[in-house]
Amino acid sequence: MKNPQEILEILKAQFPNLEFQLDASLPVETFIIADAMAINKISNFLAENEELLFDSLMNLSGVDDANGTKVKDEEGNETINGGTLSVYYHLYSTKIGHKITVRVSTARENPEVESVENVWKTANWHEREAFDMFGIKFLNHSDLRRILMPYDWEAGYPLRKDYKNPEFYQGMKVTY
Amino acid sequence: MFEWLSDLTGNQILAAFISAALPVAFIVPFVIFAVWLERKVSAHMQDRLGPMRVGWHGWLQTIADFFKLIQKEDIVSSEVDKKFFNMAPYLVFIGSYAVYAALPFSNSYIGSNIDLGLFYIIAVSGLVVAGILMAGWASNNKYSLYGAMRSAAQIVSYEIPTALVILAMVMFTGTLSLAKLSDLQTSSFWNWYIFGGPDWGWSKLLVLPFMLVAFLLFYISSLAEVNRTPFDLPEAESELVAGYHTEYSGMKFAMFFLSEYGNMFAVSAIASVLFFGGYQSPIGYIGNSLGISWLVPFEQVFWFASKGIFFVFVQMWLRWTLPRVRVDQLMTLCWKYLIPYAFVNLIIIGIISLI
Amino acid sequence: MALKTEELVLNMGPQHPSTHGVLRLELELEGEVVKNVKPHLGYLHRCFEKHAEAMTYPQVIPYTDRMDYLASMYNNFGYVVAVEKLLGIQVPERVEYIRVIMGELQRIASHLVALGTYGLDIGAFTPFLYCFIDREKILNLFEITCGARLLYNYMWVGGLSHDIHPDFVRLTKEFIPYFRPRIKELNDLLTFNKIFIERTANIGVLPVDTAINYGASGPVLRGSGFRWDLRKNDPYSIYDRFDFDIPVGQGLVGTVGDCWDRYYVRVQEMEQSLRIIEQAIDNIPDGDVQSAIPKRIKPPKGMVYSRVENPKGELGYFIISDGSTSPFRVKVRAPSFVNLSVLGEMSKGHLVADVVAILGSIDIVLGEVDR
Repeated sequence: MKNPQEILEILKAQFPNLEFQLDASLPVETFIIADAMAINKISNFLAENEELLFDSLMNLSGVDDANGTKVKDEEGNETINGGTLSVYYHLYSTKIGHKITVRVSTARENPEVESVENVWKTANWHEREAFDMFGIKFLNHSDLRRILMPYDWEAGYPLRKDYKNPEFYQGMKVTY
Repeated sequence: MFEWLSDLTGNQILAAFISAALPVAFIVPFVIFAVWLERKVSAHMQDRLGPMRVGWHGWLQTIADFFKLIQKEDIVSSEVDKKFFNMAPYLVFIGSYAVYAALPFSNSYIGSNIDLGLFYIIAVSGLVVAGILMAGWASNNKYSLYGAMRSAAQIVSYEIPTALVILAMVMFTGTLSLAKLSDLQTSSFWNWYIFGGPDWGWSKLLVLPFMLVAFLLFYISSLAEVNRTPFDLPEAESELVAGYHTEYSGMKFAMFFLSEYGNMFAVSAIASVLFFGGYQSPIGYIGNSLGISWLVPFEQVFWFASKGIFFVFVQMWLRWTLPRVRVDQLMTLCWKYLIPYAFVNLIIIGIISLI
Repeated sequence: MALKTEELVLNMGPQHPSTHGVLRLELELEGEVVKNVKPHLGYLHRCFEKHAEAMTYPQVIPYTDRMDYLASMYNNFGYVVAVEKLLGIQVPERVEYIRVIMGELQRIASHLVALGTYGLDIGAFTPFLYCFIDREKILNLFEITCGARLLYNYMWVGGLSHDIHPDFVRLTKEFIPYFRPRIKELNDLLTFNKIFIERTANIGVLPVDTAINYGASGPVLRGSGFRWDLRKNDPYSIYDRFDFDIPVGQGLVGTVGDCWDRYYVRVQEMEQSLRIIEQAIDNIPDGDVQSAIPKRIKPPKGMVYSRVENPKGELGYFIISDGSTSPFRVKVRAPSFVNLSVLGEMSKGHLVADVVAILGSIDIVLGEVDR
């Protein structure tokens, strides 16, 4: 059983060129911050390394950090410029029994993260949901399309903090 | 019956017409009763009550449902093949109604006393397949087509064990005519064919277990002929919505229903004629012991109907207890198990009948 | 001119008697053999996560009921455990015991629905009604406690909404010996019926490694032979005080990991839940169930991921708080959502009727899949 500090050391030793940080400042979880474009390599290592053996991805969620600047445009709508969208990975090892949380962040304007589908197949649908709700594009995903919203939803990505419901969808009034 | 009617009316054509239409007077009340019976049987097996309000314990429920169905709009989708779509329910009904012509309701009434009764019945019940295929194809619906294909495969395959068992019975008794078969099993229920037949001797004892096997084979195949669970794939509600009659509404749907229950009774009636004595009573006739000789045919109709209804009840019992088999398991059951057993049974009964 | 055969695309559409809700399955068939299954979701999406960002923490609890509407107590349980971890509060013993008893009763009720509707999919009409008769008794117990039969809003952050009714302990004690023989009756009627075994054994075999990789959990994972239960492997609440077994699939009538194994694991789990209830019902300590409920729930900035063992699998709540009275982000890791993704893998090469059997054995609830 390893604690997050030890896992951080192992990762730093394996990938000396990548940046890792440990954030233990807030309750309850301690998490490791990693690089969005290298998450595939990191995940592969985490899943296969003998001491770590993270064979189960418990959860993959997108988060809108809402840390940009709020801008009011001409119609009075508030949008957020700048800032980041993050993806949190909660990993667990069924054989050893330890957990770790990993976070990657990407810019809000053109969010792109590498897909970890080839490491844990459960990421397939979780990543589709993150794409559907936040607009995060996962590179090398086999089938990236919306999963919960209708396939032709043009009005944006619902769980972003500056999302507004459209007036009409295919001729039907949305708000009531 | 025909002679009595033609004496009564003086017109042979009218007499023939009434004589042929009489089974309708039997089928319609029977279906009303059978639907009510099914709902009550299923309800009591499932620890609930079933229809209770419309009439005493709900016996008028079927009539109420019938009135509702007549009033329903006859929805015909625009893409269907109109000719076949409209013809199919009637064809299915004809297939099951035509069997009633050859059933001996009593020793003085049989719709048409053909010498080839059993052969005619097997032949004409194949019309049902044509009707079902027409219904499935003309509905222009993938689900209906699936149901119809499955049903066609099922009915055609299961006719073979049925025919083999009937062949064994024909060899043993020496007659194809249903009226004569019922006539042979007189005077006491030990003379019924399930217990070996009216000729007492070594052959009766030897053939007894094989008659039981023959009856079981026949009953199982007949379940498949009428599309009842465990063989109700063509109408498997949880897989194909309603199979080949998905697209039918109103009166046409009622025709399908009518023909299904008619078929159920017809097949049960044949089982009872072949093995259980047809219209013969197991305990002798009240009419005979009281000296009222015209009471006897009515008693015979009563016994015939009760035996048929008893087997229909067993069919319903099986429906609400057993799950459904899958289509390839259905075919396996027929071709790899029932047909070999039926063949072996046929050979052994044939050998015994030579003794 | 040569004959050409094409694959048939059959749509088991949103309205269908056996898809357990509004789920659209696109099947590519060759004859009756399935080549590929593409599920289309989202028909029941009710934007739970977006709503949660606009409500305060206690106001989210009725919304969690409605996700897996057949196991509402457990949805509440998962959420309040997560928020209590974030707040760092400890609930009284009485609350813990009652939560465990309610949770296990809910597990039995949810499994009864799963088994009954599975029989209905296979074609056996009667076990469905027998299961629902027993479920009525459990719903009566819930009704006298909190007034609701299906969506309870019972477990609050730090306590419960109502204390148990004075008759509750007696009625539950009467329920346990009533229900035990009913499990045996269900086994006689359906579980060991030859036709049922023919329909479900060796169908939809899921190997253990595939299951873990796809994130399957609950009876789906245990049916493949992997002894994994969050109540024992990652304990929460007071489950570590009770003595119960974890049933796994052993391939009794077919291969390990087929539909029959998943079905039988659920039947055995009901028996184990009865054991837990028996142990807990006599030892409920006294106390006040609402004493630890804070006046205002304002967790500090931070995040937590906590998971509980829903009847369907691993239910996880990932809550991020920004210090205010409403959550910043609530993400629900629904077990049915993840279990459904294994459907495509398990159905290749089987017949259409088997797809229905496999879907029924995964036991999904569309409210949870779509949230």
